[in-house]
Amino acid sequence: MLEVSAHLREDLFNLHEEVATRDGFGNALLQLGHDDPRVVVVCADLAESTRTLPFKEKFPERYIEAGVAEQNLATVASGLANYGKIPFIASYATFSPGRNNEQIRTTIAINNVPVKIAGMHAGVSVGPDGATHQALEDIALMRILPRMIVISPCDAEEARKATIASAQTPGPVYLRFGREKMPLMTSPGTPFTIGKAIVFWESNAPMVAIFATGPLLYNALCAAKQLEGEIPVVVINVHTIKPLDQGTIINYAKMAGAVVTVEEHQIAGGLGSAIAELLGGAAPLPIEYIGVHDQFGQSGTPKELLEHYGMGISHIVSAIRAVKKRRI
Amino acid sequence: MLLGADIRRIELKAEAIRETIITMLVAAGSGHTAGPMGMADIFAAFYFHVLSHDPEHPEWAERDRLFLSNGHIVPVRYAAMAHAGYFPLEECLTLRKFGSRLQGHPERMRLPGLEATSGPLGSGLGQAAGYALGARLDNKKFRVYCVMSDGEQDAGNTWESAMFAGNNKLSNLIAIIDRNNIQINGMTEDVMPLENIAAKYEAFNWHVLEVDGHNIRAFIDSIEEAKAIYEKPTVIIAHTIPGKGIKEIEFDYTWHGKPPTKEQAQRFLHELRTLKGRISSEHE
Repeated sequence: MLEVSAHLREDLFNLHEEVATRDGFGNALLQLGHDDPRVVVVCADLAESTRTLPFKEKFPERYIEAGVAEQNLATVASGLANYGKIPFIASYATFSPGRNNEQIRTTIAINNVPVKIAGMHAGVSVGPDGATHQALEDIALMRILPRMIVISPCDAEEARKATIASAQTPGPVYLRFGREKMPLMTSPGTPFTIGKAIVFWESNAPMVAIFATGPLLYNALCAAKQLEGEIPVVVINVHTIKPLDQGTIINYAKMAGAVVTVEEHQIAGGLGSAIAELLGGAAPLPIEYIGVHDQFGQSGTPKELLEHYGMGISHIVSAIRAVKKRRI
Repeated sequence: MLLGADIRRIELKAEAIRETIITMLVAAGSGHTAGPMGMADIFAAFYFHVLSHDPEHPEWAERDRLFLSNGHIVPVRYAAMAHAGYFPLEECLTLRKFGSRLQGHPERMRLPGLEATSGPLGSGLGQAAGYALGARLDNKKFRVYCVMSDGEQDAGNTWESAMFAGNNKLSNLIAIIDRNNIQINGMTEDVMPLENIAAKYEAFNWHVLEVDGHNIRAFIDSIEEAKAIYEKPTVIIAHTIPGKGIKEIEFDYTWHGKPPTKEQAQRFLHELRTLKGRISSEHE
């Protein structure tokens, strides 16, 4: 059943409200602009779709246009942060941190400056734009950089909290957002602390631990509900992929004895990899991975694509059943 | 007005910096020789006249900021900083060694006063431009300088940043291009022709100056002119001789990325010591 302490929305399974995570980012920027004069936004010609436009209109002197130049987006933000500003850089994740990866590594991560990298249009749920614009490698690119914090919010409300928390934490942060409207699961009362995973669903004596990140967490919850009475599971929101909440993950993995990971990202290098790396050392257990298996995306509707690439509710249900059989 | 004696004082520092560069490179056993030697006069001018700075307090908030984009010539910066009193001269001998603050390419977090982490070419001008923009937002009066190589004008990031600085009219930003005409694979005009650099920067809304990078008075004058430009950033194209001061190295691109051997270093140091007075006499 839904975990009470997570203060999730009561209408969660009725799909009453869907909002894109990028909108949570945009709203948070407005609040940060008001609260902290050090916050600036640098954008690569995508003010509307990265939801930085309201910030631009409200704080024009603190909105900096980089043009279609993502390498410069990163280096200029490095300089701004080095000076003392808190820059948020906004573009599509395929370009930032994709195209400008070396600049992020050298001038932001090695340089250890507090640039907050907002990667939009993550995952195949970008839809009709096709493979070139569907970022499936960004978590991997950012997770391997020392000092980089990596956050993948599950809904617009969590995206808002994550954005604000990122401004308040020293050092570089990568924030991952999606284009498509997705179900609102959390409420203002849902706790959010960087690096602290949250239990969203917990049955007594769980036989499978599901670790999910991003909006696909909704599908994981739907799968858990569908299997209620058949297979007891625990669903955990791993919004921070780095640093991983090792204690919570090891604890629930051991308790359940089998694991399913869920993410809208390549299995290689993403959440599944991160958890496998952790459990391989601490508690070797059977794992099933929901995500994209070494493929690029293509055009289609978000729903078609999530189904085609094996990230629908039925796929998670199958993975839970499969891993339960391999349970130690 | 700078007197001849003032210029002479800076030239002597440049000579000392050159000797230190050779000494530290031979101790390191790897590193770049031609670029640092060619920029010794400009770095002497920076650290002993141009920069408003305090070696005792490297993080002094109102200091001028000097970004080094082509981080591989950092031995010239380390040598100039040591002679200016940022750290003991002996520490130069730790260059590129395990545990040293003097990394092969500069790391801001390791040594106070470096301003930035650099080395991968093309990413310094953007850092300097971002810094200059942040400072302008807060009405800060200090200046931001950015030294670049000519080879890194090949990099797309450089031109993204040039466009950005020109568009934002960053008059508190002064860039210097070490126009020594060499890069690793050969002469710049053979590898990837850069000319007309001046016209390119002018087209990107920069004020462009050209100067003999070994004429310290002329270089300082160009900095003064750049400071008087209020409506756009300035780039100073400093024509230098790679390896300046050692005949065997001068103009030879194969010296871009290697250090002298012990035997060579002995000869080079002898040559540098007997050179004293020659560079200044060239400008009189």
